[in-house]
Amino acid sequence: MIEAIRECLGQEMEADNRVVVIGEDVGVLGGVFRATDGLQARFGKERVVDMPLAEGVIVGSGIGLAMSGLRPVIELQFLGFGHQAFHQIGQQVARLRYRSQGRHALPLVIRSPFGGGVRTPELHSDAFEAFYTHTPGLKVVAPATAYDAKGLLAAAIESDDPVLYLEPLKGYRLTKDEVPDERYTVPLGKLRVARAGADVTLIAWSAAVNVAERAAEELSEQGISVEVLDLRSLNPLDIDGIAESVAKTGRVAILHEAPLTGGFGGELVATIQQECFYSLEAPIIRISAPDTPYPLGGVEDLYIPDVDRVAAEVAALAKASA
Amino acid sequence: MSESRFLPNFEAIAPFSRLTDSGILDSGESPMSDEAVLEALRYMMLTRVFDDKATSMQRQGRFGTFSSVRGQEASVVGAASTLDPAKDWIVPQYREFPALIRHGYPIENFALYFMGNPKGGTIPPNVNMLPMQISLAAQIPQATGLAWGLKMQGSDGVVITFFGDGASSEGDFHESLNLAGIMKAPVIFFLQNNGWAISTPRENQTAARSFAERAIGYGVEGVMVDGNDLLAVHEVTAQAVAKARAGGGPTLIESVTYRTGAHNTADDPTRYVDQQELEKWQQKDPVERIKNYLRSRGIWNENLEQELLDSCAAQIDAAMEIARNTPLATSDALFDHVYAEPPQRMLDQKRDWAIRNGDAQ
Repeated sequence: MIEAIRECLGQEMEADNRVVVIGEDVGVLGGVFRATDGLQARFGKERVVDMPLAEGVIVGSGIGLAMSGLRPVIELQFLGFGHQAFHQIGQQVARLRYRSQGRHALPLVIRSPFGGGVRTPELHSDAFEAFYTHTPGLKVVAPATAYDAKGLLAAAIESDDPVLYLEPLKGYRLTKDEVPDERYTVPLGKLRVARAGADVTLIAWSAAVNVAERAAEELSEQGISVEVLDLRSLNPLDIDGIAESVAKTGRVAILHEAPLTGGFGGELVATIQQECFYSLEAPIIRISAPDTPYPLGGVEDLYIPDVDRVAAEVAALAKASA
Repeated sequence: MSESRFLPNFEAIAPFSRLTDSGILDSGESPMSDEAVLEALRYMMLTRVFDDKATSMQRQGRFGTFSSVRGQEASVVGAASTLDPAKDWIVPQYREFPALIRHGYPIENFALYFMGNPKGGTIPPNVNMLPMQISLAAQIPQATGLAWGLKMQGSDGVVITFFGDGASSEGDFHESLNLAGIMKAPVIFFLQNNGWAISTPRENQTAARSFAERAIGYGVEGVMVDGNDLLAVHEVTAQAVAKARAGGGPTLIESVTYRTGAHNTADDPTRYVDQQELEKWQQKDPVERIKNYLRSRGIWNENLEQELLDSCAAQIDAAMEIARNTPLATSDALFDHVYAEPPQRMLDQKRDWAIRNGDAQ
């Protein structure tokens, strides 16, 4: 997946010289995960800029770069550090178009790895997506495959809306799938049916999609047919795509790495019960982390829902009745 | 040893000034022509007329909470008078009415904004400014990025950003000066030290003897200027603008002034302002000071003053009339311009709101 992101950045910078990349360690080092490896050598220090270590001014100056006519792609090294820039993202990035009554567009992308499973030091791995889906004016995408990583990033850079583009820390190197060489886009706001099924709809995004797929595979051996939806985009949300699946299965499980309370799963439950109430055959379940801070790496496997837990909860759901 | 140890200096320093308190120019040549001073004074008077009008409308419930410029007119106008609206940008806070008007932002939009109508936020095409900033200091990184971006694209435009002594305690201020120094961004950080952050005095913002010298820590030039002296503010800012335009990078200007009015129309400064200090500053009133200067030049008299006041009042009345006659926003005002491509869910909400509100479709 990391290669797909890198390839996309290179292609977008090649195609449009207004695209600039800024962030911590994105230049000579090529990013701590190498997402920007080689870009500074190709496009120069003016367009691939190593920034001082200050997330607030990285995002805030990115707004200014966009105002000046550029299309900045900002790397936040970890979403866990995003709170250092939260005021710029939530109050400024997301609202500048509205506050200027359409005068100022904000073609800006914030890329950031999030979620756990790779034994980072503490305060790196939280799944904070719900903070940002609660921010009108900001689009939020979270690809799970290398194909979507490339296509959604291209779409995000092309968009005149600001986009928070979340990358799965765990999927960076683990996720390997076919990616076309040429440039393409994946539309913002369309989910992907990762696996077709008939009995239960299992909704996930980012790194959790892989867990969902493996749980579905296990359950198929028990005769339970699970449809896995990879949301890809949290805002806009593909409500029609979800409803279509729920109409077929009548049972829904939502899987995320974030804590339960206030997580994006709650938003999905509310939406599904409203849109699909008469299709439902059992209460919707949420499979999530507990309502506790993200732990140190030694116990993170206890925190993030794993395949066994997901398979067990979805199996119970398949048998439950309303 | 002494060269590797840096100690704060607490000796008092006087800000740069050109006029005495009573408006007499020092021995040098004026940095502004008489015509330029007259034009600047008109903006200062226009501001006072607007502030009085808006305050009285606010008391009658016809205007929202807003912050007057009172006491800081020379500071704002002196800085703005150095800009070329065709290529320079203003990244404001919210206490810079005359700078925005001079740059092309319509008075009626300014009024509508403070009347609570989102349409007031409309920045006309080719007016080079960002929206007013309420979340203090958040505009400073944006100004820095804007200036850096202009430079990157070969423009010789510069950016000026306004903020106060209070906002300079925010991390955004420090992060921005640091970045601007590194990037040599053509930005002027215009810090209006008006003595107060609502009720918190300047002494509670920093132990340093000046705000200007904080720039040194970021490899940036700082300068302290008498903010009630139009000529001095203009001169110092013009130098900073010229330097930025020529590729010399940023400057931090501390304009030492005093908020002789309230923080805003909801504030009661009698709870915290020392009356004697206030009177001391009222005697250095920037409008009276520059009038005295023009008197000393033999080009100010009561007739001219009345003529200018009448024309300012007419201009403000006309703008307020437009603002008052602008229809109240419909529910579309909640939804328009949030996204370039809105999510369907928000469009559904827009439709529902319009129906509930009875807006014409």
